[in-house]
Amino acid sequence: MLVISCIKQVPDTTQVKIDPVTNTLVREGIPFIVNPYDTHALEEGLNLKDRYGLRSVAISMGPPNTEATLRKACALGVDEAILLSDRAFGGADTLSTSNVLSAAIEKLGAEESVGIVFCGKQTIDGDTAQVGPGIATRLGYTQLTLVDRIEFLDLKRNVIRVRRKLEGRHEIVEAPLPVVITVVRELNRPRYPTVPMRLAAQETEVKVWDNSVLKLDVETVGLKGSPTWVSKIFSPERDKGEIIGDGVGDPEGTANLLIDKLLSKDLLAV
Amino acid sequence: EEAALATMLAAYRGVWVFVEQTEGEPAKVSWELMGVGAQLAKSLGVELCAMVIGENVEHLCHEAFAYGATKAYLLDQKVFHFYRTEPYLDACCYLIAKYKPEIILMGATGMGRDLAGAVATRVKTGLTADCTGLDVDDKRNLRQTRPAFGGNIMATIMCDKFRPQMATVRPHVMQMPEKTGDATGEIIQERFEIDEASILTKVLEIIKDKKAGVDIAGAEFIVSGGRGMMAPENFTMLQELADELGGVVGASRSAVDAGWMPHDRQVGQTGKTVRPKIYIACGISGAIQHLVGMQDSDVVIAINRDKEAPIFQVATYGIVGDLFQIVPALTQCIRELKNQGPGTI
Ligand SMILES: Cc1cc2nc3c(=O)[nH]c(=O)nc-3n(C[C@H](O)[C@@H](O)[C@@H](O)COP(=O)(O)OP(=O)(O)OC[C@H]3O[C@@H](n4cnc5c(N)ncnc54)[C@H](O)[C@@H]3O)c2cc1C
Ligand SMILES: Cc1cc2nc3c(=O)[nH]c(=O)nc-3n(C[C@H](O)[C@H](O)[C@H](O)COP(=O)(O)OP(=O)(O)OC[C@H]3O[C@@H](n4cnc5c(N)ncnc54)[C@H](O)[C@@H]3O)c2cc1C
Repeated sequence: MLVISCIKQVPDTTQVKIDPVTNTLVREGIPFIVNPYDTHALEEGLNLKDRYGLRSVAISMGPPNTEATLRKACALGVDEAILLSDRAFGGADTLSTSNVLSAAIEKLGAEESVGIVFCGKQTIDGDTAQVGPGIATRLGYTQLTLVDRIEFLDLKRNVIRVRRKLEGRHEIVEAPLPVVITVVRELNRPRYPTVPMRLAAQETEVKVWDNSVLKLDVETVGLKGSPTWVSKIFSPERDKGEIIGDGVGDPEGTANLLIDKLLSKDLLAV
Repeated sequence: EEAALATMLAAYRGVWVFVEQTEGEPAKVSWELMGVGAQLAKSLGVELCAMVIGENVEHLCHEAFAYGATKAYLLDQKVFHFYRTEPYLDACCYLIAKYKPEIILMGATGMGRDLAGAVATRVKTGLTADCTGLDVDDKRNLRQTRPAFGGNIMATIMCDKFRPQMATVRPHVMQMPEKTGDATGEIIQERFEIDEASILTKVLEIIKDKKAGVDIAGAEFIVSGGRGMMAPENFTMLQELADELGGVVGASRSAVDAGWMPHDRQVGQTGKTVRPKIYIACGISGAIQHLVGMQDSDVVIAINRDKEAPIFQVATYGIVGDLFQIVPALTQCIRELKNQGPGTI
């Protein structure tokens, strides 16, 4: 049985700049990392491999340089790493991203049954938390988001029981496999690769599947398959260093002035 | 092709808000969405409708009317007692297919994000996450503005060739609308045939969280004090301001080293890294080791009597003055606003 971890490569910072001429994000020179939540998705896949002998696979959709991200997964011990990369996949929103990832999961599932797909709760760049539910819905798997503990996995009955972390409460839920689980940080502590594993990973082959392998309708992937598009991108107003009022001569008035500013920017709420 | 698109778009009318509830208790964000939903409905000249799904939840339709909805689509069945993705997804898609709303808004909560992502995928439409601004352009399309990259950039997102246009909004982002006492509306009671036996996912238990210890790393509002606080008892003043904001008290290392606050409140290089919506630094000079722990906060407010203090270089808003005068004035100001009733703040 397979346990598949979906990992996304993201910029190693949220301090991105906008090119004032082209009005697009400046991505040059920014190092990439595995999306922090996805390191927990990877770890849990490896955990289940260690404890139940499942075969762990990492998949990622992205440009060719995403191979580096998958190599890190190899160094941690995944059995197989697959890069989903094709010009046609570029510019994807969450709907077309889940389409490509689901197609890859289905293809893997045709060879060996899929038990669990792990995703991060969300990414630190797009930040939508929509891809996990997208995959679950497309594949018809049970969707379990925001999981902070796996209570048990019963491979005889093919059920899993998890704890979900919601606002002000937790929920214990049981569901039959296959499932898509999105994970929060509390779930586990990601392991670090040892030096020998890292060296060995240099040799491991990261498979690349393009659309000649997945055979998706090009109208349903990448920019073409995305119902949403970015019409404008801009820096938020951030007028740093603004000194307000006369705090020495008129403390009350200055306090009022500050609260008015916060209210006008929708920064205060009960 | 263009004509076909126009016909499709014209078939969808109305602004819907999903009313989130847990065991009959509504999530406040749903009412916040009624406020922005009403503005959108007005610009479009259509109705604002509530989508209410659950068991014994008819009272939420009336509450939705009080917050501005004029119609409520109600699915009140035992199978919807606990939120589970599958039946809620089926139910939503059923209502959408039947009544064709042009806009659907949901709270960006654990439940809202779980459901919205599933629904948008099933109906093959766009979904914009965590919107902070929503308005309508001259072609009736929804302009959805949202932060990405942890708030460092803003993007305006369109979904002009698909319907419904779906968006989620985080709690506390939209202003709570005024509640009217005598509002009425039309309830459209629906039934969706679904067999409990066919749903294999079971919610076994809901555990309400105990009020946990203070976690400054997860707080949305932090009021921090430094050496300028002078004495441990003065931190009560910061606690009062934090209470009004729904936040917690943090500290610089000097304050912690002095024994005024416990170490788990320390912000900075050897303390915690925080990223609240608002960080208020009181009597903190702004040493680099402190700044690395808080400079990514959405808004930084500095109160310091030394106008040359480096903290002002990272502050969104600075007040030069005596914290012992400014902090109580801020607390007082917020209390007064709250007394003026909900919706003001
Ligand atoms: C400024 C900006 C705003 C955007 N806003 C929206 C929007 O509102 N709606 C929208 O539909 N799209 C939006 N997008 C596009 C969206 O971010 C895509 O890039 C999409 O591919 C992934 O979405 P995400 O990063 O939000 O992932 P999330 O849904 O937050 O990711 C959840 C999990 O899914 C998995 N996952 C996500 N992407 C991949 C991948 N490529 N490979 C493997 N696993 C993956 C990971 O496990 C991840 O932790 C936006 C993009 C930008 C640049
Ligand atoms: C290795 C290392 C790690 C460190 N890690 C951390 C860390 O994690 N966190 C941290 O905070 N520091 C850390 N420090 C210490 C840091 O360098 C500073 O010493 C410390 O942050 C100073 O604290 P402070 O701003 O409260 O005090 P001060 O620098 O003494 O500043 C007090 C400020 O209060 C103002 N003030 C006084 N009275 C009033 C009043 N009535 N009204 C208004 N303003 C008033 C003053 O003008 C002054 O600016 C670290 C240092 C080292 C070397």
